[in-house]
Amino acid sequence: MPPAAPRSGDAIFASVERNAELFTLTYGAIVRQLLTDLEEVEEVNKQLDQMGYNIGIRLIDEFLAKSNVSRCVDFKETAEMIAKVGFKMFLGVTASVMNWDADGTCCSIVLEDNPLVDFVELPDTCQGLYYCNILSGVIRGALEMVAMKTEVTWIRDMLRGDDAYELQVKLLKQVPEEYPYKDDE
Amino acid sequence: MDTNDSLRVASLWHSMHAISQQLSPTTGCSGIELLEADTFDLHCFQSLTGTKFFVVCEPGTQHMEALLKVVYELYTDYVLKNPFYEMEMPIRCELFDINLTQAVQKDRVALLGR
Repeated sequence: MPPAAPRSGDAIFASVERNAELFTLTYGAIVRQLLTDLEEVEEVNKQLDQMGYNIGIRLIDEFLAKSNVSRCVDFKETAEMIAKVGFKMFLGVTASVMNWDADGTCCSIVLEDNPLVDFVELPDTCQGLYYCNILSGVIRGALEMVAMKTEVTWIRDMLRGDDAYELQVKLLKQVPEEYPYKDDE
Repeated sequence: MDTNDSLRVASLWHSMHAISQQLSPTTGCSGIELLEADTFDLHCFQSLTGTKFFVVCEPGTQHMEALLKVVYELYTDYVLKNPFYEMEMPIRCELFDINLTQAVQKDRVALLGR
């Protein structure tokens, strides 16, 4: 039986019913509640990242199962996968990858469109807030489950006045699964 | 098979799978995919996250890889999306069990016509 071809993000997104506004509203409610509970903007940023991480470690298997992709050859392919298939599949938006550094371990993922922030304006009291910080956690968590330790930070944020959403994804190291067998015991 | 037996089999298989990667004479081996014995076949699927799914069946049963992929999808839906399921713990998700039984039943009907 020939292996099934990878499915495009479009096809998968279309095949699942979703009410986009409910999603945006729910996310907004979470952020508001975190701000009320934690009060400090930095704490909220950290909590959103942690929530994203917990989502990412589970989401990666769904991504792999539904999209049928094979192992990526290098980090460049990984970044393209996240931007073109991942974001499309889960958020219905396409992102682009740019600003690769010399070793190919650091790049930017740029989103023109972001369903999380529909209808949102940041008040003056929340200027340090990374509203979409859940996304950085999701990417970090997902990549950790496929043996890559990364650092994901926001470079540009439209809620803070920039012209697009730009996430910097930096590969810190590959951590292949270790087995506790020593050869010379 | 009770939980303890399942855990025992699973951990035994996990270790054998890992050892097989090291012993393999071919480079880039990702572990055992098929074990053929006298009274059973064991098919194993490993996801890119390292989670292994294996099925024990009658010798010569066909299309087990397809079944394993279906089980993988069921896992990502009914287990991973269950917020009360703790990662790496034994799976006690009723919806997963129900859907798994249905998938195996459907498979059996398709293959054997009964």
